[in-house]
Amino acid sequence: MGSSGLDLPEVQQRLADAQGREYWRSLEELAGTEAFQEFLHREFPSRASEWTNPVTRRRFLQIMGASLALAGLAGCSKSPRQKIVPYRRQPEEIVQGKPLFYATAMTIGGYASGVLVESHMGRPIKVEGNPDHPASLGATDAFAQASVLTLYDPDRSRSVRDRGQPSTWTAVLEQLSKLRKDPEKGGAADGVHVLTESVTSPTLAGQLTSLFGGKGSRWHRYQPCNQDNALQGAALLFGKPHNAVYRLKNADVVVSLDADFLSCGPGHLAHVHDFSGRRRVEAKDAVTKMNRLYAIEATPTSTGLFAEHRLPLPSHQVGAFAAVPARELASALRDQVNVDNDVLDGLRRLGESGRSEAVARHEKWAAAVARDLAKAKRGRTLLLPGDGQPSAVHALAHLMNSALGNIGEKDTVFFTRPVEAWPEEDGFRSQRDSLARLVEAMNAGDVKALLILGGNPVYNAPVDLNFERALRKVPFRLHLSLHEDETSRLCHWHVPEAHYLEAWGDARAFDGTATIQQPLIAPLYEGARSALELLSALEERRDQPGHDIVRRYWRDNRPSRSGSGDFEAFWREALHDGKVAGTAFPAEKFSLDSGWIDRIGKELSVGKVERSSIEIVFRPDPALYDGRFANNGWLQELPRPLTMLTWDNAALMSPRTAKRLEVRPPRRGRHGGEHGEARADLVRLELPGRDPLVVPAWVVPGHADDSVTIHLGYGRTRAGRVGTGVGFSAYTLRSSKAPWCETGLTITREDGTYPLASTQQHHDLNGTNLVRAAKAEKYEKEPAFAQKVGHDPAHGVIENGRIPLSLYADHPYEGYKWGMVIDLSACVGCSACVVACQAENNIPVVGKEEVMRGREMHWLRIDTYFKGKPEDPRAYFEPVPCMQCENAPCELVCPVEATAHSSEGLNDMVYNRCVGTRYCSNNCPYKVRRFNFLQYADYATETLKLLHNPDVTVRSRGVMEKCTYCVQRINAARIEAEKRDERVRDGEVLTACQAACPAGAIVFGDLNHRKSRVAILHASPRNYGLLEDLNTRPRTTYLAAIKNPNDDPDLHTTDV
Amino acid sequence: MPQIFHRSFNVISRVSIFGAIFFLAALGWVAAKTVRAPYYTGAFTAIEQPVPFSHRHHVGGLKIDCRYCHTAVEESAFAGMPTSKTCMNCHSQIWVGSPMLAPVRESYKPGGPPLEWNRVHQLPDFVYFNHSIHIHKGIGCVSCHGRVDEMPLTWQVHTLHMDWCLDCHRNPEQHVRPREQVFNLAWEPPVDFDPQVYMEKYRIQSKTSCSVCHR
Repeated sequence: MGSSGLDLPEVQQRLADAQGREYWRSLEELAGTEAFQEFLHREFPSRASEWTNPVTRRRFLQIMGASLALAGLAGCSKSPRQKIVPYRRQPEEIVQGKPLFYATAMTIGGYASGVLVESHMGRPIKVEGNPDHPASLGATDAFAQASVLTLYDPDRSRSVRDRGQPSTWTAVLEQLSKLRKDPEKGGAADGVHVLTESVTSPTLAGQLTSLFGGKGSRWHRYQPCNQDNALQGAALLFGKPHNAVYRLKNADVVVSLDADFLSCGPGHLAHVHDFSGRRRVEAKDAVTKMNRLYAIEATPTSTGLFAEHRLPLPSHQVGAFAAVPARELASALRDQVNVDNDVLDGLRRLGESGRSEAVARHEKWAAAVARDLAKAKRGRTLLLPGDGQPSAVHALAHLMNSALGNIGEKDTVFFTRPVEAWPEEDGFRSQRDSLARLVEAMNAGDVKALLILGGNPVYNAPVDLNFERALRKVPFRLHLSLHEDETSRLCHWHVPEAHYLEAWGDARAFDGTATIQQPLIAPLYEGARSALELLSALEERRDQPGHDIVRRYWRDNRPSRSGSGDFEAFWREALHDGKVAGTAFPAEKFSLDSGWIDRIGKELSVGKVERSSIEIVFRPDPALYDGRFANNGWLQELPRPLTMLTWDNAALMSPRTAKRLEVRPPRRGRHGGEHGEARADLVRLELPGRDPLVVPAWVVPGHADDSVTIHLGYGRTRAGRVGTGVGFSAYTLRSSKAPWCETGLTITREDGTYPLASTQQHHDLNGTNLVRAAKAEKYEKEPAFAQKVGHDPAHGVIENGRIPLSLYADHPYEGYKWGMVIDLSACVGCSACVVACQAENNIPVVGKEEVMRGREMHWLRIDTYFKGKPEDPRAYFEPVPCMQCENAPCELVCPVEATAHSSEGLNDMVYNRCVGTRYCSNNCPYKVRRFNFLQYADYATETLKLLHNPDVTVRSRGVMEKCTYCVQRINAARIEAEKRDERVRDGEVLTACQAACPAGAIVFGDLNHRKSRVAILHASPRNYGLLEDLNTRPRTTYLAAIKNPNDDPDLHTTDV
Repeated sequence: MPQIFHRSFNVISRVSIFGAIFFLAALGWVAAKTVRAPYYTGAFTAIEQPVPFSHRHHVGGLKIDCRYCHTAVEESAFAGMPTSKTCMNCHSQIWVGSPMLAPVRESYKPGGPPLEWNRVHQLPDFVYFNHSIHIHKGIGCVSCHGRVDEMPLTWQVHTLHMDWCLDCHRNPEQHVRPREQVFNLAWEPPVDFDPQVYMEKYRIQSKTSCSVCHR
């Protein structure tokens, strides 16, 4: 086989011959190319150990010489005497040197997730989940973890600007007073319009409604990733929009219709919590407790590849696909007593009218899914439509849910009144219609003044609306935003927005629960205001603090269910708990509005297209979302699930489509460049009436054929020093008619290649049985299946009193013996742990160039293993932190004892002792050590100094570092326990990764404590270690993955 | 050919080869002594402060408890530094017009410049010392800080080197005392004092793993 690429038939041949590995991490590995072999054997890639470009070797030696000389001198000098600056008056509650935690909420796309923010002497540095909040349940996502970096982003806008020149808030107040209808009364003058993103904040919605009620002054809403389809889908059924709330803990069988419900969208943390909770199983309850997931999707997502059964299907055909189970269920459920006949009749009719040739070959598969749904216990199944699917698919899915008895608060889905707010005067309008109407008004010259509160429409509005041209016609334009971005540039006035950690506010979660957001810190920049404060200035003509605005709202609108205490008690309790008790919306009755069949049927027929057409799918990026996080280095450098791309997006396509288009898979190794660098072919994407976009192509196993995915959020032109010019903006192709998926794409290969930084092949363990998995039935019969594969010399050594396979005596552990267990059954690969680790441990960002050299610094990585055919694989996500080996290979080779075994079983890494020989890293079979090749940590930028965790050393150049099980947290908990004269309780120390994990996949604790969760899991028959045959006796172990597939032959399943 | 070296050089060469060993050893000894010497560590050198605060006066003379100013010492890693308010509790009544206290009064005014004390006990940034646990385990202030109650301006009395830390971490019984005597700088162990009693009572362990202090 040639080393330059891979050939699908050949790969298939290899698989058939069982030459390739059973589990594989990339297509190259599957093919076993020479290039892959080469970097497999390198600890760090070629040339990673010297400065390459543009420094020559001689120059490198010069620099080394200079720095050595300086190092020698620095050793003799003494550090300058530090200052201690005490408080003038100590704030209440603060104990100097101890952190405080405050409850607040972060919103993405308007929907809130509760967080607890750690504050060190007034500096917020770390975000944790709020266990009492329904959208968090104690967990966080990568966005929330990275939000502290956005707070301290040095590129945040620092002052009010008037046509680019620095101005003041007083000047803004003066301008706003001119926009009032009447100087004495409220209300905006005619021609004053406002554009917001999705609003769930009750206070803000109240302000907007009272200010922009008139005909001439309107409130418009737009954000690129919105809930339009879900709301309209519900409107097709009920006659008006409703909000669907999913209860995955009740679902035995889940069918995802292009829904990536485990990684984004309102309530996704709760979804993972409930979904994975059903997957952390014991042998005795594996078959009964486990749920089963079917996924139908175009783009491989971590949700889809985690599923038992997955069908790669172009996104635009999902509606036609859904018609099949609709028909099948209509006939299968006919004889059941408690099913509404109207619903069944509707399903049958819609199923027939939705019949399509395009999905004919998947009919058997779909019918098998329908059989499984019908067979399952009533009310214990769930069909979940994706945000990108048209409204008809949502309606159809919920009809099926209704037929299956799934609708109800005690079942798997129920409907509440909408969480989002919109102008009341003319009913519900989708956000794309709302924006279109604004553009129309601007073009007609009806808009005299436009206030844009948050959002970045110049960058992300649908291209066919030509928002920018329309905006230029507005005589007064004001933009409130965190950064001076693309939209700010086109506005007369720019007001810096206060970050959510700097401002008072409120917001609702996916189920309606309201949280009062409290600030952790005063705005870093003078003039920074929240949307509430800005509108209040318009409303009342004075500068009102956000605190008073929010407090006044809740004083007037305090929920009656919140208890009978006085307001002060209510207020304090709401702030303390991070939610307002009793604000979750009650379930509404599921009653179909007349004419629903025709409405849905009409919508369903809109989506039909001819089969040969290639589609383009737009998706929010797993790290940058819609582009709002583009200037966040932690998120930019976070390897995106499955593609493991960093710092770029690409046109994702299936191996077969790539071959047909003569697009070569990315080339690496000696044919492509260095370790992480992949040379990708460029392709030109063309849609009628839009400028073509030239992007690199990336071949992804599991992508649907004849479908191309491109993630939104890249190609920013004014994001800041991190995000500007990264990737390619898919918004230039996105139209308001088809915001999520459009057919008729022309795709051609361009000359030239483009370097992409993907960590997919970094740190390959080159071992066997790294992932162990079995079906639930097998697990029941043979619980210890995972321990029977592979050769494990050390297993059970101590217990059985046999001679340990080591010449050294065993370490005695009289006190604690820390350990970690990671459940592969539960991990859905969301990557929140990676960013949590980065935030907790002051891990630097290295940039695209350095990632391409294989020098990313993440202490915790998520290895993704595929299994099965490249067209339709399953994925297993394996988070790999330091294994804290009992017989640690790293410890023996350090010449200066900078890494040593602690009395509690950790492999301590002593940064101040490290001289950077990198022997330890060379000897680490798990490749978990990271070396500061250059000065990655930022010592210079003032605002970033505030970000650092004061309990962890900021490492300098030339120092090795690695996971320490968050030893700073262990020490803190041990000291607190000692002060109480007791042992650390189980669950008292949560590592940063464990605390963030929504799936509960990571468990940490004391192995010497027999009843600790970690000790119990460690004794589980599913427990195994990586590379145990090396006799390293890893302390971090894994629980084998259990899958619960349906053995229906029509599902042509990949083995687990 | 004439001899270059006189016979007596035999002795000289033997002495110098033999002496080199002593010379190198002496050099090592001098170096070791130097880095521990107050000259190098800065011990016993009074540090200038913006306000010439005297522990001798406040602690030794007025018998103010350590915790009146260092409020966090029993709870936190950081002992805590008195706020301007703490100073002004008394100094709004006594020494009201003293020019020495001008910076304190300035700092107490809203918007005034805060006090900036010069740190006396300065550990490197990669060392994470925790006051509260040492207090709890019965290690007296005096063990590390010396007789602060006799210092007009504060100085450091130990090297603060790692071997000095380890000396106690390896043999904690040298410094343990009853908890109620922790803040008593003048406490001397009675003749029948048995540190082992407190070692067990306070569950004192010898903690010498790297990550106890470095992380």
